[in-house]
Amino acid sequence: MSRAPRSSSYTEYHPRWYRKRVSTWWWTTRWSYFKFILREISSVFVAWFIVELLMLIHAMSSGTAPYPQQAYWEFEAFLRNPVVVFLNIVSLFFVVFHAITWFNLAASAMVVRVGGKKVPGILIAAGNYMAWIVVSAIIALFLIKA
Amino acid sequence: MAETIILEVTRYSPEQDTEPHLQRYEVPLRKDWVVLDALNYIKDKVDGSLTFRWSCRMGICGSCGMMVNGEPKLTCATFLSSYAAIGVVRVQPLRYFPVIRDLVVDIGDFISKLQSVKPWLIPKEQTQTFEGEYLQTPEQLDRYKQFSMCINCVLCYAACPVYGLDPVFIGPAAIALAQRYNMDSRDTGDQERMDVLAQHEGIWGCTFVGDCTKACPKHVDPAGAIQQYKLTATVDRLKSLLMPWGTK
Repeated sequence: MSRAPRSSSYTEYHPRWYRKRVSTWWWTTRWSYFKFILREISSVFVAWFIVELLMLIHAMSSGTAPYPQQAYWEFEAFLRNPVVVFLNIVSLFFVVFHAITWFNLAASAMVVRVGGKKVPGILIAAGNYMAWIVVSAIIALFLIKA
Repeated sequence: MAETIILEVTRYSPEQDTEPHLQRYEVPLRKDWVVLDALNYIKDKVDGSLTFRWSCRMGICGSCGMMVNGEPKLTCATFLSSYAAIGVVRVQPLRYFPVIRDLVVDIGDFISKLQSVKPWLIPKEQTQTFEGEYLQTPEQLDRYKQFSMCINCVLCYAACPVYGLDPVFIGPAAIALAQRYNMDSRDTGDQERMDVLAQHEGIWGCTFVGDCTKACPKHVDPAGAIQQYKLTATVDRLKSLLMPWGTK
């Protein structure tokens, strides 16, 4: 069966259909969009913490006689710099924010069934938070004792 | 409660206008009226040229989705009285879709994406009707029932900034409906769907803004469906890397 001819003014790609361009500032229009952008930016601060950890390992392993701890001391002085302290406080905020959004996502991504019933997402998130608190407490205990 | 409320409605005539504009109408503010009732009042009593889609008036057909004060809503389930305090209800066409006229948008893009994920049962062996139904236990039904509630109203697309910025993204409803069949015990088409879903334009385009789930009037949780499928696709990819000899 042949297709009925379309009207010339109503083609499949009608040139006069109105398509609104998404504004560059779309992420400022809603709190959820803004939160999403903050979460995306948080990856930069996660990366910064990893760089800092690598710098620490490098400093601890590159000392030479007669002052094997010289590189570490220099790194410590770098950490005491107010700009670095500020950057680390901001980074900590973003990393905690990143972790919270990750745990909340886990509740959506994981479907756990016990006895045929779906475990509520809030319990999965709670399990993640508990594990986070326990691991943090163990690390804190280890650092305090050391 | 005031006796009337202002409706600011998008008007766009492709033959006359270069871009849409808002037109104000004063409509009765009745306790039991939804936004769709107000639009029908305008159509019947004030301006018969106002164009919009609707059908069932009871949140089933999914055709009356519009932006109401910036939020994607089914206008048949959005009461005017909720906006009585503001005094103005702004009704606009669903965001991110091309506008054909007034409040009518073209959802052809969604329909073609939906078809691409094969939203139908793909059984292992096709059987004849006389052989009976494909049987399923209530527990098996429970695994996908939530996703089967989708009514294709595309509110989730209007809520998704990823779809707005990157229109090649398959989008929330199509992925949720793919997952509806993937999780069905009678279906064996998950690998066929994975070819479409496990692409950048598929699940990996989603950055989990999560507004699709908030906008969904049927509590389908498309954001959850996408994150669950990300986990499935990752496990499948790891399996194929670690056990390339395994059957797919």
